[in-house]
Amino acid sequence: MKLKEIAEILSLRPLTPVEGLEREVSGAYVGDLLSDVMANAGEGNLWITLQTHVNIVAVAVFKNLSAIVIVNGRMPDSDTMDKAVSEDIPILLTGKSAFETAGKLYQILNAQNLQG
Amino acid sequence: MKIDKTYEGNFHIVGGDFSRAGEASTELKTILLNVGIEDEIVRRVAIATFEAEMNIMIYATAGILRYIISPEEIRIIAEDMGPGIEDIELAMQEGYSTAPDWVREMGWGAGMGLPNMKKNADIFRIDSVVGEGTTVEMIIKL
Repeated sequence: MKLKEIAEILSLRPLTPVEGLEREVSGAYVGDLLSDVMANAGEGNLWITLQTHVNIVAVAVFKNLSAIVIVNGRMPDSDTMDKAVSEDIPILLTGKSAFETAGKLYQILNAQNLQG
Repeated sequence: MKIDKTYEGNFHIVGGDFSRAGEASTELKTILLNVGIEDEIVRRVAIATFEAEMNIMIYATAGILRYIISPEEIRIIAEDMGPGIEDIELAMQEGYSTAPDWVREMGWGAGMGLPNMKKNADIFRIDSVVGEGTTVEMIIKL
């Protein structure tokens, strides 16, 4: 499923260039412990987290994640944004919690057989 | 694909330079894929290397990450000038960490680093001298 469709349904606010929204999302992973995400997120997954510092981009690049969704209305640090743009990793924001975001996304992806 | 020769190299890592976190492991991942190592092995090596790289960044002043890719195995050696580990057995326990609060707030320091390295390596060795540094050696068989 395209990131763009997910962003529309969940009302996510993209902070990075819109071209990134054309990416395919293979599933999703929720986590704030970076070692856990590194060990368990799957390629092409959308990553839901409350972390905002620059290392989230490194983890996303490293794991070939499709995008990062930052929850609870938190804003990424400015160096995170710089790196996300230069590394071509879409970052989207939501005021909702990780639970609510993941719950809705699960329903959407489940309908398409793409959970994880 | 069979590896027909040996590839070697190293990366220098500066402690505390979080803006460059993951650069060495991401570069090594690209090298492994270019050499023709299969995806599952690349995945294991890359995760183990990223954890080693982060440990140097979090705890040490500086360190070096060396890799040797031979037809039989991939060998990663992470050597740092850090505080050393007092109790290695304790440090190997999942969930145990001596990371400061600000590192934990970043989502590192969950006590998963060394266990993740061990889990992804076929052979894992760690040697540490308090006040001098730590050396981790990981071998992943091809």
